Amino acid sequence: MLVIRRIHKSFRKPDGSELLVLDGINLTLNKGEIIGLLGRSGSGKSTLLRLIAGLAPPSAGSIIYLGNEVTAPPPGIAMVFQGFALFPWLTVLENVQLGLEALGLPVSELRQRAIKAIDLIGLDGFESAYPRELSGGMRQRVGFARALVVHPNILLMDEPFSALDVLTAETLRTDFLDLWSEGQLPIKGVILVTHNIEEAVLMCDRIFIFGSNPGRIINEIRVELPHPRARLDPAFRDLVERIYVEMTTQSVSAPVGRRTENFPGTGIGTILPHVSSNSLSGLIEAVAAPPYNGEADLPVIASSLHMEIDELFPVAETLQMLRFAEVAGGDIKLTAEGRQFADFGTDQRKRLFAWHLLTYVALAAHIRRVLDERPTHQAPWSRFSGELEDYMPPAAAVRTLRTIITLGRYAEIFSYDDEKHIFSLDNP
Amino acid sequence: MKMSKGPISKLFHHFSAIFWDIVAALLVLGVVVFFAQLSRDFMQPLAESGGAVISLEPAALPEYALRTSLRMLVAMVLSLVFTFTYATWAAKSRRAEQVLIPLLDILQSVPILGFISVTVVFFMSFAPGKMLGAELAAIFAIFTSQAWNMAFSFYQSLRTVPVELVEASRSFRLSPWMRFWKLEVPFAMPALVWNMMMSMSAGWFFVVASEAISVGSTTVMLPGIGSYIALAIDQRDLGAIGRAIAIMLIVILIYDQLLFRPLVAWVDHFRFEQETDRVSPHSWVLTALRRSRWVAFAVAPLARMWQWTYQASREPVQVAVHIRDDMRSDGASWLDWLWYGVIILFCMGAAWKVATFILQSVMPGEIGEAIALGLATMVRVFVLIAVASIIWVPVGVWIGLRPGVARITQPIAQFMAAFPANLLFPLVVSGVVALRLNPDIWLSPLMILGTQWYILFNVIAGASTIPCELRDIGTNLGVRGWLWWRRIALPAVFPFYMTGAITASGGSWNASIVAEMVNWGSATLKAYGLGAYITEATAAGDFHRIVLGITVMSMFVVVINRLFWRPLYALAERKFRLD
Repeated sequence: MLVIRRIHKSFRKPDGSELLVLDGINLTLNKGEIIGLLGRSGSGKSTLLRLIAGLAPPSAGSIIYLGNEVTAPPPGIAMVFQGFALFPWLTVLENVQLGLEALGLPVSELRQRAIKAIDLIGLDGFESAYPRELSGGMRQRVGFARALVVHPNILLMDEPFSALDVLTAETLRTDFLDLWSEGQLPIKGVILVTHNIEEAVLMCDRIFIFGSNPGRIINEIRVELPHPRARLDPAFRDLVERIYVEMTTQSVSAPVGRRTENFPGTGIGTILPHVSSNSLSGLIEAVAAPPYNGEADLPVIASSLHMEIDELFPVAETLQMLRFAEVAGGDIKLTAEGRQFADFGTDQRKRLFAWHLLTYVALAAHIRRVLDERPTHQAPWSRFSGELEDYMPPAAAVRTLRTIITLGRYAEIFSYDDEKHIFSLDNP
Repeated sequence: MKMSKGPISKLFHHFSAIFWDIVAALLVLGVVVFFAQLSRDFMQPLAESGGAVISLEPAALPEYALRTSLRMLVAMVLSLVFTFTYATWAAKSRRAEQVLIPLLDILQSVPILGFISVTVVFFMSFAPGKMLGAELAAIFAIFTSQAWNMAFSFYQSLRTVPVELVEASRSFRLSPWMRFWKLEVPFAMPALVWNMMMSMSAGWFFVVASEAISVGSTTVMLPGIGSYIALAIDQRDLGAIGRAIAIMLIVILIYDQLLFRPLVAWVDHFRFEQETDRVSPHSWVLTALRRSRWVAFAVAPLARMWQWTYQASREPVQVAVHIRDDMRSDGASWLDWLWYGVIILFCMGAAWKVATFILQSVMPGEIGEAIALGLATMVRVFVLIAVASIIWVPVGVWIGLRPGVARITQPIAQFMAAFPANLLFPLVVSGVVALRLNPDIWLSPLMILGTQWYILFNVIAGASTIPCELRDIGTNLGVRGWLWWRRIALPAVFPFYMTGAITASGGSWNASIVAEMVNWGSATLKAYGLGAYITEATAAGDFHRIVLGITVMSMFVVVINRLFWRPLYALAERKFRLD
């Protein structure tokens, strides 16, 4: 139904150079299939969905839908949004009717079809409610009804359950799967974007695992389990475990950034994820404590800490960069220093952390060296941001500096004044 | 164009901002001179055309009130039309945006009251000897006091429509026309209605000032409250002034109940924030309209026609607009340069025009004098803002922390801001005349009479948003007295106070034109200042000096905004935000 060939997408940076976000994507969607695009934030999976929806054009390659190239939002492709994207000033009924009105249908048919979709998705009785009167789950149901009412061939879902609480998300997922497997939905294929591994395994027939910087497909996994799938089924767990291994292996062996070195933390051009010192010590403590005693299965510890991979992976990777832990094969294992850190009190921890930060994170050492060398022991933000922008996009440079400031403050190796935008050695 | 990054591009960015400011300022001044020149040419044949005969009888007042408020309404409709076209154009076209937005910014901050004299004669020349020209002039004057901030707010809303909603409407293939009315206008509505209310407040001041105006030998007297009060001043009739004030209060109350309450209650459901536990505004008028079957019956065909426009605007699938790549090709750059060239030529022309027009009859030395007068007015404005702040900030904080009191006081403060302070001038002036006080000092309070309320109601709003937790922790730690003000109250209300102070300052500059030189019967009081200079030039019909006065005052206001208020506002936004 949908064929995607060699898609590239890049954005222009403010300085005129280009930033590649999707690199050579090939995939097809067949009739009667749910496919999942699974990856961490920044892997370009949402961008790909928007290209398919005709909301933006690819820089190279082609998207063929029913034999035609997609150059504008095509009829027959509808989308469900992460933040619901409901019009707050329209009632449930009016929201659902919106897509039909755009098609120019007569008023009577409009209403009839909208009410049918509302009933199907379990919203009857709420027709005259405004979105603000509904819970998150009900709002997303409106999002589904609005997409289904135009009778699309393909439904695009952009992390549709990630803004909902765990319970509501699960209800919505099973309701959707029930309707889908009973053949009650007008749609013929679904593309689901998600960063939740279990969700992907629960819903999809095929899963494409995305890698970051630039976004690309690193593996395709076929899910042969029959519906309804049970999360506690050993085969289900095996598959989840396998994808974890797949995703952690990738994050270690693949380059972190296009122009950075292969081993994380060795150059100042390494993009640092957004992590806090609290989450670092929190994960060390959790892994050090029983029942893990220094070595834990990532999916297991993720679910016990209620963390999604988007939250867990950056922390685990930063620990690895600091040599407090090793991450491989879907497992995290504390190093000797990591265990030591867990046993230490606050001051000793800080000293150990400072030593690791200066030894293994080049940017931290660089900032400290610059501050030591200058007679005033001060340096402005721009001194470092300019340097980082040679290696990464400006937004990533800001994030990286913010992270190093947090870590540097915790380690007390330098301080930073946010009013004046100045790094210094004052009162460290 | 390739630029290196870092400080140089920042500097360039800074310069380009200033560049567009200058462009906008020159365009405005150029148009003023154009009007002035045309007006001067039309002066002679107009000398005879007077105005209606105004009566001070109380029985005449309701009709005058009606006429005045109708003028306001027409101007408001014009402002809305302007808003929907100008702001939409600026938001949709990059080239238009570069000129239109700085232009709006300048128009928003220059003292428009000075322009009235220039435009009055111009409009009267359209229909010599008839009332229509004078009506147009008055409506145009009100329009200039209302339109800019409305357009600005609409433009800003259009630029901040949530991305997901835009994507949703594109993915469901809404036509641009449908998207405008289903997404963009509703999203902009709450801010727009708020700005309409602010505009209306400003408008009352202008309608009073623009109904009775004399430029040289041309005198305009339109039947309305403004003319009524002008005549009352001329005849030193305090009773009539009292009646005018009373009826103005009633008019503003009616406007509030019949127009703005329903509007505010109506736009409440366009709010984008989704929080539920909030008391939504109510209006008995709106409730009545919504429940009335007659209204529903009358509206239904209109709604159907509207629906039809959506269907008519739908593009056939084949010619659906193709998506544009966000990486623009460089092919358009020569067009950019051409565009810049045209703008620069135009600006040079405007600058030349302004300079020659002023220097035709004004000695260069007089420019220095005008600047000195501007400094005097500036000192007045700053002193007044400081005095008003010392009085109203503590009062506002006190009120804002007591929800019960705030509920009663807040509407009163907003109402006072809407009330045209120039109606109250005669009361003060008669006192100054009777007691033989020094006009240089005692006329000054008039400038802030109407604008001080902006400080009060913004501070009240700010204080009522101080989170309970913040106040509790203050109590818990025993933070009291000056420390409490310094650490909790003042930082919390600072951003709100800045909004109020900026509005009050702009309003005071404007008011200086009517406040620095006032009449009471045959007595004329004059303070040393730029406002009085402009008023005097207006009375003499000396367009060269009017333009000089406006130019100098505009420069003062714009420079003060850029160098003083904006940095302070940015600081407030950055440092004292509460979220």
